[in-house]
Amino acid sequence: MEETSVPKFFMRDGALELSSTKELVHLEARDLSVYYGKRVGVGRVNLSLYRNRVTAFIGPSGCGKTTFLRSLNRMHDLTPNVRVQGQVLLDGSDIYGPGTDPIQIRRRIGMVFQKPTAFPTLSVYDNVVAGLKMVGLRDRKRLDEAAERSLQQAALWDEVKDRLRAPAAGLSGGQQQRLTIARALAVEPEILLMDEPTASLDPISTQAIEDLLGTLKQQVTIAIVTHNMQQAARISDYTAYFLNGELIEMDSTSKMFTKPNDKRTEAYITGRFG
Amino acid sequence: MQQTAPSHHRRSLAYSASGDRVFSVIIALLASGVLILAVLMAWELYSGGADPIRRFGLLGFLTGTEWDPVIKKQFGAWPYVLGTILTSIGALLLSFFPALGAAIYAAEYAPRPVAVVINYLLDLTAAVPSVIYGLWGIFIMAPFLRDHFYLPTYLWAANHAPGLLPFLGNPSGYGLLTAILILAAMVVPFTAALARDAIALVPAPQREAAYALGATRWEVMQMAVLPLSRTGIIAGAFLALGRALGETMAVTMVIGNSHKLPYTLFGGAATMPSVIANEFTEAVEPLHLESLIALGFYLFIVALVLNIVGGLIIRRQAALARGVL
Amino acid sequence: MNRDLNLRRRYWRDRLMLLLLGIGTVLALLVLFLVMGYALVNGVAALNWDFFTKDMKPPGETGGGLRQAIVGTIIVDGLGLLLALPIGIAAGSLLAEYPDHPLTPPIRTLADTLNGMPAILKGLVVFVLIVKPMGTFSGFAGAVALGFIMVPIITRATEGVLTLVPKEIREAGLALGLPRWRVILSLILPAARAGIVTGVILAFARAAGEAAPLLFTSFGNPFLTTDPLKPMDTLPLRLFQFAISPYADWHRQAWAAGLVLFALIVLASALARWATRRRL
Repeated sequence: MEETSVPKFFMRDGALELSSTKELVHLEARDLSVYYGKRVGVGRVNLSLYRNRVTAFIGPSGCGKTTFLRSLNRMHDLTPNVRVQGQVLLDGSDIYGPGTDPIQIRRRIGMVFQKPTAFPTLSVYDNVVAGLKMVGLRDRKRLDEAAERSLQQAALWDEVKDRLRAPAAGLSGGQQQRLTIARALAVEPEILLMDEPTASLDPISTQAIEDLLGTLKQQVTIAIVTHNMQQAARISDYTAYFLNGELIEMDSTSKMFTKPNDKRTEAYITGRFG
Repeated sequence: MQQTAPSHHRRSLAYSASGDRVFSVIIALLASGVLILAVLMAWELYSGGADPIRRFGLLGFLTGTEWDPVIKKQFGAWPYVLGTILTSIGALLLSFFPALGAAIYAAEYAPRPVAVVINYLLDLTAAVPSVIYGLWGIFIMAPFLRDHFYLPTYLWAANHAPGLLPFLGNPSGYGLLTAILILAAMVVPFTAALARDAIALVPAPQREAAYALGATRWEVMQMAVLPLSRTGIIAGAFLALGRALGETMAVTMVIGNSHKLPYTLFGGAATMPSVIANEFTEAVEPLHLESLIALGFYLFIVALVLNIVGGLIIRRQAALARGVL
Repeated sequence: MNRDLNLRRRYWRDRLMLLLLGIGTVLALLVLFLVMGYALVNGVAALNWDFFTKDMKPPGETGGGLRQAIVGTIIVDGLGLLLALPIGIAAGSLLAEYPDHPLTPPIRTLADTLNGMPAILKGLVVFVLIVKPMGTFSGFAGAVALGFIMVPIITRATEGVLTLVPKEIREAGLALGLPRWRVILSLILPAARAGIVTGVILAFARAAGEAAPLLFTSFGNPFLTTDPLKPMDTLPLRLFQFAISPYADWHRQAWAAGLVLFALIVLASALARWATRRRL
């Protein structure tokens, strides 16, 4: 882990210092590009996620924010024709470096998707401990503890504690999404990547998940892609604005939403916000 | 309608609402050919085989072990029913895991061009005519099995475990096991195709969710893919069983066509379709002919049940996968 | 560290499963490769010009060909296709274009059921319905049996393709004031032509390889005939009879027939693939 008083943050065309206090860099993308075949999905992004902070990625549809997010735990490995260039440093070491194991990377950097991806045929309990059982944890007591802790963290425990053995398919959409968050938390990741986790949810479930992020960041570093400007403003410490596959700028959320440096950011935020 | 097509005054009748009605009636009449064929099939098989079923009893016909068209004029279908059960279940068991393996490998592991080739070859396996399998079975497979497997096993048993001999039977190469093996190869594509469809129905986010947990490819299969495609895979097995039951030519060519019970592993046997194929054109007695049709009727019922159950499972599976999306 | 040990084990399991899946795939396709190889080698050795230009010789004599079976195959299969086409395409159109028609659900179910029925049963039914009343086996009866096999395949293929035709084409036609029958006949069916052709080719190929339903319908005939009311030879049928015969020269010709049939199937599936690709 490297400690910097001035976090590294570069624009494409030159260095730009971030107006923040002492922050710890947890994950850092250096010159990261993602190609779909020959087409550039994301071009030469430099960006850091800070420890125990929530960073929101905003921008119009197709701007590359999801593509970028998925490159942070090597999810692009699974799609043929997608190529990632550049570095992603997790505590200083490149997750794309030789000899690095994507499976271990994904255990350290969890992910929650837009639509709830609870495994419908498994029970609530088995969903939560799926990742733990996978690595060979069989100790009943420890599994039970992990399940309860994760469900508590995901603010779902009270709603499902009486039906842990029921299939997950019976839960509502909002509950299923929190279940997937609990499942991701159960393996104790350091970083949680969230791809529009509330996009398909009702306002009440959205509220529950937003509340969750405030407490979760005590334990994990969070990056969240969102379409919803107000949501970014409410929940994040930092905001990064993407446009046409480029990172336009990133700064503390309060600064981004009051006096952004770039005209394009301003246009987007004033257009979509307020 | 007439106003929108003013230049078609002469054909206005065809362009009016009644033109549509006439057309839909014509279509429906032609289409009901499907309906008529299905009903005719059920009815003709039933009525054609009604006499022996009445004479020997619905169950008696099925469980009677004596099939003697010449002297006793006694018709019991059990040897053929048993042969059909043994060959089709045996073939299903042998083919299930290779077929599933091929489907999973093509769907989840293989690079795209390889997957395309595998799927094409599986389709081709289903398209190759039964008689060609039979031809290969008679001249290549059966002699090979006889020389390199059946005879050595038989000789070994004769020396070391003579108690096994009655179970092994005549190692001529043409018999039960050969039929099971060739049938297994033939039903592979049916299991594989449905397994492939069922796996393809599993939504991509389910897979990604498992990967995001740090799963290996196989763990993704276990955790996300197989639980959701299980029912579809089972449906595929049902339909493959339906195919195996009715497969005629290749089985007839290699099974040895003996209805002498008890059946042995290597020795000759017979199935319901094989006896129909063998005896139908030689059946001179009406009762013999009707007994063969009655066999067809039972075959029809079993295939019907398997198809309906398989179809229902597939529809449930599709609905389940849609629900997850 | 415990975690790392486990990881190695998990990777080993992953690799082991991959190996097993690979073995399964090879096993699943092994017989196809063997059948293909032997059909090719033995078939090429057995095939000659006489095969196409001469009729079969009496038992025990060498030489001759299978012209009568080739001609019979063309007639029986062609006739079967003619019988099956209108029913299959109409039924497919009904299923796709008239989803609310009361006949649609039963026809869809029955088409699937018919498709899953053993081919030999279709021969039995045609025997009872046509051969018995006519008092003779005939090429026509064989054609009906093969048509029986083709109908459900054409039906489902047509339905599948028609449902892929963009809704806009349909709506554009209706918006022009064209009646529905005109829209179906002149817009939708032509738009789906390539796909329907694919389905028809596959149905034809499937039926062309069948021998079981012909055993007691077209029956077989060692002499050339073009009269569909007489018993008629087809390649699969003749292949079967030659293969179970005791004569070496007939065995040779059976391999030749096998190769020709095999080539026909491969050609048909290539054609079907080509037609599908052009559509996209």
